[in-house]
Amino acid sequence: MKVMISAFVAALLIATAAPVILGQFGWSSAEQGSSATSVRLD
Amino acid sequence: MNKKLLGAAFLVLVTLSLNHAWAQESPGVDRSATGGAQTLEDIMARQQKLKVDDAFRSENLGDPANAAPITDHLGTRGGVSLSDTYRSIRYNEFDANTQARGPAADVLIQDGGMSWYKLREGPIITYGGGALLGFIALLVVFYLIRGKIMIDGGPSGTTIQRFKAIERFGHWLLAGSFIALGITGLITLMGRSFLIPVMGPDAFATLAAGSKWVHNNISWSFMLGLVMTFFMWVAHNIPDKLDWQWLKAGGGIFTNSHPSAKKFNAGQKIVFWTVMVLGFSVSLSGLSLLFPFQMPMFAETFSVINSVFGTELATALTPHEEMQYANIWHSIVAFVMMLAIIAHIYIGTVGMEGAFDAMGSGQVDVEWARQHHDLWVAEVEARQGKGDVS
Repeated sequence: MKVMISAFVAALLIATAAPVILGQFGWSSAEQGSSATSVRLD
Repeated sequence: MNKKLLGAAFLVLVTLSLNHAWAQESPGVDRSATGGAQTLEDIMARQQKLKVDDAFRSENLGDPANAAPITDHLGTRGGVSLSDTYRSIRYNEFDANTQARGPAADVLIQDGGMSWYKLREGPIITYGGGALLGFIALLVVFYLIRGKIMIDGGPSGTTIQRFKAIERFGHWLLAGSFIALGITGLITLMGRSFLIPVMGPDAFATLAAGSKWVHNNISWSFMLGLVMTFFMWVAHNIPDKLDWQWLKAGGGIFTNSHPSAKKFNAGQKIVFWTVMVLGFSVSLSGLSLLFPFQMPMFAETFSVINSVFGTELATALTPHEEMQYANIWHSIVAFVMMLAIIAHIYIGTVGMEGAFDAMGSGQVDVEWARQHHDLWVAEVEARQGKGDVS
């Protein structure tokens, strides 16, 4: 059961880290909400 | 003689179907009073939700070759009239040129949105949700008839290691994220129909935003779990002759027998390949939805299908159409996967005594293992005899 719970925790940690890591590469689709930089008006 | 008659009939049919004059004589709406524009009958038919063939508008986009010169009384601007231009915008046939940058800036009207929405809110929810509920009901009936599959003679009390910690970690990473994806996916798909009437739009907006965040981000765990389990178990899941014997015996589920199996029996192999193939497909369509402008996939897919099967699927798709196809495909594949996984969860928990231990503690009762995976137990014991305990 410890392995199962640790896998669930790992899944949540990956989910939390994903938008931050993707943001580093400019892949912001997974980010929640919007920001001034995600909308280009030019 | 018969061949000649058939040939003649075929020729007549082809001639009639290709004959434009004949086609015009088929029942249609006389639009001469409006100069070819829509009539009151068209409007009334739409209001009655009847299907209206709007080819008279969608294909009436102007022909510069036949247009009156601009110097004439009713001369057109550049060969096509403004009405022609607006119709071409309406049906996304207009070659737009815009200074606005960014993806899809030159798509002025995307007509496929409504048919996508109707398909998503209609058949996808009805058949997908119906299949889930029906399958669960079927499993309940099966359980009531068949009952739990018990270990013949009861557990021996001695255990054998079935799965190592890393295998169980990969399984639960995949399983946990899949369940989260399934629940949040169903909330996203069905919430508008079933949750808003119950909890109201404000509470649902919060739930939907949370579901979207979880769905988008936990997908990476799912993909990691999929890759891990594929590489850990693919060697054990190659189909062989033994699987046919197992399938012919129905896995012993109806006959209370125990057909021979190695580490994975044919039923488990079916689940494995279902999860791998559909999991790969649902991941691709999910990535396409996460990054619609970077990873369009359906135009390429349709192009391959056209070249193989000679079909004429559209290969010039707007980003919106790509997302619509990806969304529908994502939903269908996810529903099929959910059905397979519900069956897997059933047999791994309430359906069979001792099965959950394989993924719970990793240690299964030897008697359970002998009854369901006799050849695997023999392999392990042979290895242990040689001093190899893994």
